[in-house]
Amino acid sequence: MTTTRSEVDFEETARVPGAPLLEVDDLFVEFRTRDGVAKVLNGVSYRVEPGETLAVLGESGSGKSVTAQTIMGILDMPPGVITGGEIRFHGENLLKASSRRRREVRGSGIAMIFQDALSALNPVFTVGFQIEEQLRLRKGMSRKDARKRAIELLDQVKIPNSKGRVRQYPHEFSGGMRQRAMIAMSLALDPEMLIADEPTTALDVTVQAQIMDLLKDIQVERNMGLILITHDLGVVAEVADRIAVMYAGRIVEQSHARDLYRKPGHPYTQGLLDSLPRLDLKGTELRTIKGLPPSLLNIPQGCPFNPRCPRVQDICKTEVPPQHRLAPGRLSACHFAEELISGD
Amino acid sequence: MTDPSTASAVTTAPEEFVTAAEHAEVKGNKPRSLASDAWHDLRRRPLFIVSAALILLVLLMAFWPSLFTSVDPNYAELGKSREGPSAAAWFGYDNQGYDLFSRTIYGSRASIIVGVAATLLTVLIGSTFGLLAGYYGGWLDGLMSRIADVFFGLPFVLGAIVILSSFRASGDTSATQIILLVVLSISILSWPVCMRIMRSAAIAAKQQDYVKAARALGASTSRIILRHMLPNAVAPVLVYATIALGAFIGAEATLSFLGIGLRAPVVSWGVMISDSRDVIRVAPHSLLFPAAFLTATVLAFVMLGDAVREALDPKAR
Repeated sequence: MTTTRSEVDFEETARVPGAPLLEVDDLFVEFRTRDGVAKVLNGVSYRVEPGETLAVLGESGSGKSVTAQTIMGILDMPPGVITGGEIRFHGENLLKASSRRRREVRGSGIAMIFQDALSALNPVFTVGFQIEEQLRLRKGMSRKDARKRAIELLDQVKIPNSKGRVRQYPHEFSGGMRQRAMIAMSLALDPEMLIADEPTTALDVTVQAQIMDLLKDIQVERNMGLILITHDLGVVAEVADRIAVMYAGRIVEQSHARDLYRKPGHPYTQGLLDSLPRLDLKGTELRTIKGLPPSLLNIPQGCPFNPRCPRVQDICKTEVPPQHRLAPGRLSACHFAEELISGD
Repeated sequence: MTDPSTASAVTTAPEEFVTAAEHAEVKGNKPRSLASDAWHDLRRRPLFIVSAALILLVLLMAFWPSLFTSVDPNYAELGKSREGPSAAAWFGYDNQGYDLFSRTIYGSRASIIVGVAATLLTVLIGSTFGLLAGYYGGWLDGLMSRIADVFFGLPFVLGAIVILSSFRASGDTSATQIILLVVLSISILSWPVCMRIMRSAAIAAKQQDYVKAARALGASTSRIILRHMLPNAVAPVLVYATIALGAFIGAEATLSFLGIGLRAPVVSWGVMISDSRDVIRVAPHSLLFPAAFLTATVLAFVMLGDAVREALDPKAR
């Protein structure tokens, strides 16, 4: 089904056969504010293939969401300015595409779900209406067919009593149900790529696990690409195939999930893993990363992590570390990445 | 709103209203939309029923005054000048010997037309500009806001005097033309308030995640403005509109009082109030009745606006 649909939807586009599903290439974004220029993204690159889950990890303000918004084309401009790089969807550079073409890609090519599903659903329309709206407008479905499809979608995201639920307003849903409804909404146009911006942050732990399982199931079923933006290492561990760790608008480490947990290739990743509470270290003091993330208006010279890094050397304060290729599919932006990996 | 389904839903849905707790179990595929839900909700509110009944009565008076009285409002009997209420003339007679009851009934037409038309025009101009300015921001917002500031800076009475006296100079003007001029001058001088209200509501709505989400799912600009921003920004404008409606009926009275608004042979509550100004002490009933009708009508519209605003908020249900 996916293939026939894409053939219909993407005729006459600049698709390149054999190109990756989504490729972010050396993306630079600035926010030009009154206080100065905040360099929010400083050369972010990653790619996602169909059926693959990429987790983007990072603290608040590290640029995870801005990358996602730039991919979707919903970045507020101004103050945002894209100063360099490309975003390629099936090889087609979205940043150069017409606004009409971008709108076609949104929803049916790449869809997005948001952190707070209550505020991401329009309070004055029923959940069903919001799903049906897209189907009617974009797929030309009749009102009746759209309603049927909306109920199917709600079933797919395991909302009980979908026939009744479809007629309810967002505020009549519980937190977990809202996020499910949001997922159903994003799936309405059968996207090939889903970006989930902290989908479980606003939910409690048990519901978090359910939503993550649901996302994983749906992804496998549809062979979708999934970008999972989160700051929760626990969430990532179970579902991600690959992990990209962001710090101050850069990707500092990119790796297969298992390798990253086994042996982090960047001191920042190491710090993040160390600061997780562990049962076997119960009673001892929790380790933290000292200091604060840098202000994006004034990123330190050299490696942006150098003021907080336990292994800081002179070179870190002057030279921006390049991306070291440690293994196939494994990159680290640390001058001492090899030592980290090979050492103790 | 633009969707034709909204209108049809209002007529098809009434039979199957259920409360929030019940409708989860209800099967059936009739659409539930904001308008139909609001209508269900409104029908059970006493505030709405009372105000709607009052407004209906005033509208009946405006459209078919002969249902209520057979006396000609422009027939004067000077001999009965300033006579108080009696069985023959329920509201008594005014200074010129006109039957006050008949004039109050006939006067509703001009007052209602001016009030409703001026409100509609004001809200239409103000909301359109406000929505566009709020959505696009930047230089368009700056330009529109400055234009609004210019109109906002004109004092209402002075502005109306200038507009009305310069456009009415050309001798005889018919009753329709006078009404049209009054409506236009009120709207032109009042839309900036509505624009500011809509603009700030639209800016607030625009920053909501659901507008971002709608964009992320590929909605077009017009769809975002009309379906996602407008319904969420309309409540404060609705409140303003109901208050403005009353104020505009009053403004019409003010202009008539100053002698530049409606005038004989047009009968309106404003004209009647201004006619009574010299005899308030000797014949207070000539002020009391038109003023009471004016107040009741304004109150009914304010109450209606309040009820509608509450019904349009799904969370308040």
